Amino acid sequence: MNNENRENREIILAGFGGQGILFAGKMLAYFGLLGGREVSWLPSYGPEMRGGTANCSVCISDKPIGSPLVTEPNILIVMNNPSYDKFINAVAPDGLAIVDSSLVGARSDRKDINCVYVPATQMADENGLRGMANIILVGMLIKETGIASAEIIRKALEKIIPAAKKHLVESNMKAIELGMNS
Amino acid sequence: MERNLMKGNEALAEAAIRAGCKCFFGYPITPQTEISAYMAKRMPKVGGVFLQAESEIAAINMVYGCASSGIRCMTSSSSPGISLKSEGVSYIAGSDLPCVIINVMRGGPGLGGIQPSQSDYWQATRALGHGDFQVLVYAPSSVQEMADYVTKAFDMADKFRMPALILADGLLGQMMEPVTFADGEIKMSDASGKPWATCGHGNKRPHNIINSLYLQAEELEQHNIERFKRYELVKAECPEAESYLTDDADIVVAAYGSTARLARSAVDTARSRGIKAGLVRPITLWPFPDKQIKAACANAKRVLVTEMSMGQMVDDIKLAIECRLPVSFFGRTGGVIPKPSEILAQIVTLDEELKGE
Amino acid sequence: MPDFTKPHALTDVPFHYCPGCTHGIVHRLVAEVIDEMEIEGDTIGICPVGCSVMAYDYFNCDMIEAAHGRAPAVATGVKRANPDKFVFTYQGDGDLAAIGTAETIHAATRGENITVIFINNTTYGMTGGQMAPTTLPGQVTQTTPYGRNTNVEGFPVKVCEILSQISGVALAERVTVTDPANIRKAKAAIRKGFEFQKNKQGFSLIEVLSTCPTNWGKSPVESLEWLKENMIPYYPLGVYKEGAVR
Repeated sequence: MNNENRENREIILAGFGGQGILFAGKMLAYFGLLGGREVSWLPSYGPEMRGGTANCSVCISDKPIGSPLVTEPNILIVMNNPSYDKFINAVAPDGLAIVDSSLVGARSDRKDINCVYVPATQMADENGLRGMANIILVGMLIKETGIASAEIIRKALEKIIPAAKKHLVESNMKAIELGMNS
Repeated sequence: MERNLMKGNEALAEAAIRAGCKCFFGYPITPQTEISAYMAKRMPKVGGVFLQAESEIAAINMVYGCASSGIRCMTSSSSPGISLKSEGVSYIAGSDLPCVIINVMRGGPGLGGIQPSQSDYWQATRALGHGDFQVLVYAPSSVQEMADYVTKAFDMADKFRMPALILADGLLGQMMEPVTFADGEIKMSDASGKPWATCGHGNKRPHNIINSLYLQAEELEQHNIERFKRYELVKAECPEAESYLTDDADIVVAAYGSTARLARSAVDTARSRGIKAGLVRPITLWPFPDKQIKAACANAKRVLVTEMSMGQMVDDIKLAIECRLPVSFFGRTGGVIPKPSEILAQIVTLDEELKGE
Repeated sequence: MPDFTKPHALTDVPFHYCPGCTHGIVHRLVAEVIDEMEIEGDTIGICPVGCSVMAYDYFNCDMIEAAHGRAPAVATGVKRANPDKFVFTYQGDGDLAAIGTAETIHAATRGENITVIFINNTTYGMTGGQMAPTTLPGQVTQTTPYGRNTNVEGFPVKVCEILSQISGVALAERVTVTDPANIRKAKAAIRKGFEFQKNKQGFSLIEVLSTCPTNWGKSPVESLEWLKENMIPYYPLGVYKEGAVR
């Protein structure tokens, strides 16, 4: 896919601290930024980020963004049970939920949203990409929505991965491709 | 100019450095700590000073000392910490010194909470310390404005020799948005253009004194009168507000800071449903932009104030429109962020009221 | 021939201090050191809240009036912005060892290159003689009318002893100004403090045991005697810490 799809995105990413929720959100925000769009990224903050649940809101739009806090996401990426329980019913009708099925046992019976189950944590482990389940889920998001072109994906990775950890660009690319091809 | 994705707190810190802020004195408190962390990383690389003080009180007094010597300097905190700083702010104002103070507001009173709030409006505009004084208060509404208004705050603080406060909140501090900075070299401020500064007289002039003590009542009164004359100049030059779709609006929503963003979304949705709604956003909270508010409400029939507080701005809005329109209020407090849909519901109710008239 | 002209670092404004108060002597010593080191043009002084609140009228260098207890923080702000200037604070015991304890201790722990002149006269002079953190056990003040009861009001703060434990301190020395020999020692200590500062070697504090005849209810001479008999045994004179920390 070469041209990114320019729909308005209101995204929630949620899981445990340490799963790279905020990083994945940042990546999505950069997709928007590098696509010349308006973006916002808002983390949950405070004691809950220490070992507890972590989530962040990402908005991508062609218009100025009003509320950076997403309460009815049209895209949800979820990586643990508490977050699944908290957010699955908040997803807007016709929205998309991408669930790490290695970690979330439940299956939604909502018929008005598109639920995609990806055993991302297991896939990461099997492919020598431990800790990159979040990025595999981003890959799935790209596949489902066309949110970013190949060119923007690479640019975004180069931008958010510090120069000292440059070697991680390729493994992140690999994780994204894994998600896109699953 | 390159668009950078930055947190509001970080964009503000970077802009302060670019404005020549040479010294930053901080103390950790959520949700503003990124400012300190950014300064700690960046200041040593640009020839500036970052110092973590032992308390909010010490930090504002370090600012007092630094500002006395004519150097651009800043401190930042969040609500409970700002209360601690109020002693120092009063001394700074009483000594007619320029400086910039950041309040990234969280819920209160007391230890309150750490989620975004706007419940320090009264403190900022009425009582940031004891005595007869005001501080300039800017209320940015986006990450870009966090950067832009800290620059302006330094300029105006210097121009009018008074403290300037950036009144932000946890939402603006924590969120990332694209931000651009003007190109140009970073040049740290010095005492040039500040003949009053206590930076050592170098045996070239009589000694300077920075002081707010006047034991003769008439003398103190005279200083206060002169300061308030200066405030008249500030009132003439500084008030700023943004109006959005207010020309033909029946219902004008008044909101500042991050709440104004939420209100704008609600106004857009209301318009898409054929409701004539508009938004007026004070950018300076002191001096309050009375004229701009009045003009924005010229054709309105109802005014809705919305804030993340129990309604601290309502009286100022009523005064600005000379109490000529019914003013209602909708707010969330304690760290709860209102939803645009909740603000929309208020607009819809007012619209129905108007239709019933 | 001894020189009895007024030091240049003092203005012509007459001191407002009570007869017999030793503030005047200490002001002069500081001013003489500034003159001898030829640093008046590069010096910024910070006055406290207390009797020496108006010291800004007396010193000829640039001066800043600080809030109660905050002088070391204010001095830090000046010094960090102007590391090559000389910065001193002049503080009383209530200012330095009660309301400003945190500022004192942390300026010391940072090893701020400033010099603190600390006047210990065991009382809050300006407000009319209330108990200070340094008031001696049994000492009568306005707020300890039956004498300081250590079971109720606790014990005096020994500033030099505390500072001697702090790594950032280059000089902690206790002196007094009861007689010419001690006045000479006091001046030497103040000079030492400014020299440490000049060489950027850390925090220096000179504690000067002083009198407050008015609030002690004694004549100037009686006050000096009372200081020698009561204060010096409790607050022994001497160097508590000396040596560059940088």
